[in-house]
Amino acid sequence: MGRYVIRRLLQMIPVFIGSTFLIFFMVYALGDPVAALFGDHAPDPATAAQIRHDLYLDHSLPAQYVHYMKNIFTGDFGTAFSGQSVTALMGSAFPVTIRLTVVAVLFEIVIGIILGVVTGMKRGKPIDTGVLLLTLVVISVPTFVTGYVLQYLFGVQLKWVASSVSPSAPFNELLLPGLVLALVSLAYVTRLTRTSIAENTRADYVRTAVAKGLPRHRVIIRHLLRNSLIPVVTFIGTDIGALMGGAIVTERIFNIHGVGFELYQGILRNNAPTVVGFVTILVLVFLLANLLVDLLYAVLDPRIRYA
Amino acid sequence: MRGATRVKWAVGVTAVALTAAACGGGSDNGGGGSGSSGGGIVRASWGDPQNALEPANTTEVQGGKVLDMVFRGLKKYNPKTAKADNMIADSITSTDSQNFDIKLKSGWTFSNGEPVTADSFVNAWNYDALLKNAQLNASFFSYIDGYAKVHPDTGAKSTATTLSGLHKVSDLEFKVKLNQKFSLWPDTLGYSAFYPLPKAFFDNHAAWLRKPIGNGPYAISSYTKGSLMSLRKWNGYKGPDPAQNNGVDLRVYTDNNTAYTDLQAGNLDLVDDIPAAQLKNVKSDLGSRYINEPAGIIQTIAFPLYNARWSSANSAKVRQGLSMAINRKQITDRIFQQTRTPASDWTSPVLGSAGGFKAGLCGTECTYDPAKAKQLIQQGGGLPGGRITIGYNADTGSHKEWVDAVCNSINNVLGDNKACVGSPTGTFADFRNKITDKKLNNPFRSGWQMDYPLIQDFLQPLYFTDASSNDTHYSNPDFDRLVNQANAEPDTSAAIGTFQDAERQLVKDMPAIPLWYQNGSAGYSSNLSNVVLNPFSVPVYNEIKVK
Repeated sequence: MGRYVIRRLLQMIPVFIGSTFLIFFMVYALGDPVAALFGDHAPDPATAAQIRHDLYLDHSLPAQYVHYMKNIFTGDFGTAFSGQSVTALMGSAFPVTIRLTVVAVLFEIVIGIILGVVTGMKRGKPIDTGVLLLTLVVISVPTFVTGYVLQYLFGVQLKWVASSVSPSAPFNELLLPGLVLALVSLAYVTRLTRTSIAENTRADYVRTAVAKGLPRHRVIIRHLLRNSLIPVVTFIGTDIGALMGGAIVTERIFNIHGVGFELYQGILRNNAPTVVGFVTILVLVFLLANLLVDLLYAVLDPRIRYA
Repeated sequence: MRGATRVKWAVGVTAVALTAAACGGGSDNGGGGSGSSGGGIVRASWGDPQNALEPANTTEVQGGKVLDMVFRGLKKYNPKTAKADNMIADSITSTDSQNFDIKLKSGWTFSNGEPVTADSFVNAWNYDALLKNAQLNASFFSYIDGYAKVHPDTGAKSTATTLSGLHKVSDLEFKVKLNQKFSLWPDTLGYSAFYPLPKAFFDNHAAWLRKPIGNGPYAISSYTKGSLMSLRKWNGYKGPDPAQNNGVDLRVYTDNNTAYTDLQAGNLDLVDDIPAAQLKNVKSDLGSRYINEPAGIIQTIAFPLYNARWSSANSAKVRQGLSMAINRKQITDRIFQQTRTPASDWTSPVLGSAGGFKAGLCGTECTYDPAKAKQLIQQGGGLPGGRITIGYNADTGSHKEWVDAVCNSINNVLGDNKACVGSPTGTFADFRNKITDKKLNNPFRSGWQMDYPLIQDFLQPLYFTDASSNDTHYSNPDFDRLVNQANAEPDTSAAIGTFQDAERQLVKDMPAIPLWYQNGSAGYSSNLSNVVLNPFSVPVYNEIKVK
């Protein structure tokens, strides 16, 4: 197990370097950011040259990349054009997005798995058909539609919640955006759980457990659910990264100043340090979440062993 | 009506969510974003300023908005007439349109107690112009004598650190020598780049940037970059225009749709950018609390005159023909819901006729006339290569819609579906780079927001030979001569008349097609009264009254 973890961690290094280089290259390919700083005015060449020099933009792409990576290892992620350090931007954006992701994942786990177990146990019954239809609707409606509709309904018409989230973004204000963010994944979790449960109810070990006279809740939770969760855990694990990076639509609708917002600004302003810095952290989140998923397999199903 | 349809939608789509939200949605009642509007505070929408907030480093409207609340300069533009009135300046005099004597009023202070003196201006301007400080607006100081030494062209090092044209006479007087005659120069001094700076700016620059200190009617009480700036009325302000409210909270919105929703939900008082999608409903939603009036912004289609396609002797006819092929009225009505006004000169209505705006100066060349348009384009040898594209940036401003409409208009006139198509560039930065690097062979969209309400600012930076923002690289000796003559003219109305003569030259050469004047649009809640937009389409925050 220990050797497996170490091997996985070492594998992360090339992935990390490769992905940061690709992102750096892509942002660089968007063009020179300095001209846009001047708005409608044509840039004054001398000032533009001075800014390029200050931002290390007057070097070749490989030199810029090496310079950037050197700084990263000293904890310096560069500076955004607004004069803030990218680490300060991360310090304000990541906690907000992490809270939003936590809310969304909790919705996925609690509602998704419960609905999945219920429908999986009652295959073909009206409740099963009903939930399946609903998940189909949720999957097919884009997030921005549900976002604006729910915001208008609960924020403007009913006034149950604030229609936008305040800068501090406490948990209670993130419930509605978290739900909007979770909805599509939630539907997938429901369907995955349902299929998996439905398959395993016919398994030998479940019949044995029932025959032993175990109480019904114990059969479901300890035997049936534990074995059925492997595909669901895989999905939720990879979804954590996707939610953090992909929250941009939800964050825009509810005015949440999180990772998606900063990335959007960074791309709009061609600010390589912001984009590369944020994506670097997101890459790490993805890698760690995947590692966690792989490790969880062994916990859920002891038959899976690591060399 | 709209509300009803949206609710119907909601019921259909969200049955699943309703069950889920029943446990979550209800509990955070009143966890509202910024609380109630009690205490006379205006809650207004804001965009994240692009650059650090320094007077000479702010080029866009969001940062400029704050500077105008926190600072007062030598002059201030009258929100109604756009005239440059003396503010801190007691008098600005000159006998030769080149050497100016500036006397200050006494008693002005910064909000940290420092007095505003001649040094506050001289030191600030020297800082702003110095190349090392890389201020985006440094070129605004290029009229002052000695600029070339503190801010040499690319590659050279500064040979001086202060402008030789600035001389302090006493604490309340300084002299400015320009490197050319420029009679309207004092009227440029209301622009934010010319604001004074306190010693605190130079002593601890980083701290000042975290929380800028100025001399205006508001002081910044807290600033969370990227999300919220709280400004409070500064009680020590002695100027003639103190704040009529207790403060302004500027909230950064990621999306102007959300700001508009918050206005409807009662979480926000003032939105100064109505989303395009809401323009159809805004009048029924807000009634008289919707403002739609011209701003000092003109949109044009500019031509790359440096390119062989557009440099032939006859191509001016093609450009004039294209101008006449655009149905401005129809596009501003249908696509912009009348938030733009068809343009008939190269300035803006906010200047007023006394300031140089002249409706119809462009004449028939800017009037839709399909038959004449086709004829002119044919006389000029037809479209270069048989077809043109109109370049625009796709990331902001939804330019695609109107560019397609303009091309449609041109195609209809020429009876050729492929004569004109839009040509998007991904980002604004890339778009600007292509323009700066002269990489465009075809016309491109161009917008100009005035820096100060002067006819000079709509002509000289854009069309004077080698001027700072002359993206078309237009050059005409007659135009240049008239502009120089106008600048040297001490009598304002005579100067404006000469500028208009220069402008008439643009009708003949048509380096850029005037499309429309952009309006400022804003909406506010019933908590507020006395909301007006200034010529820059920014709300006059200090005049707003809170119920």
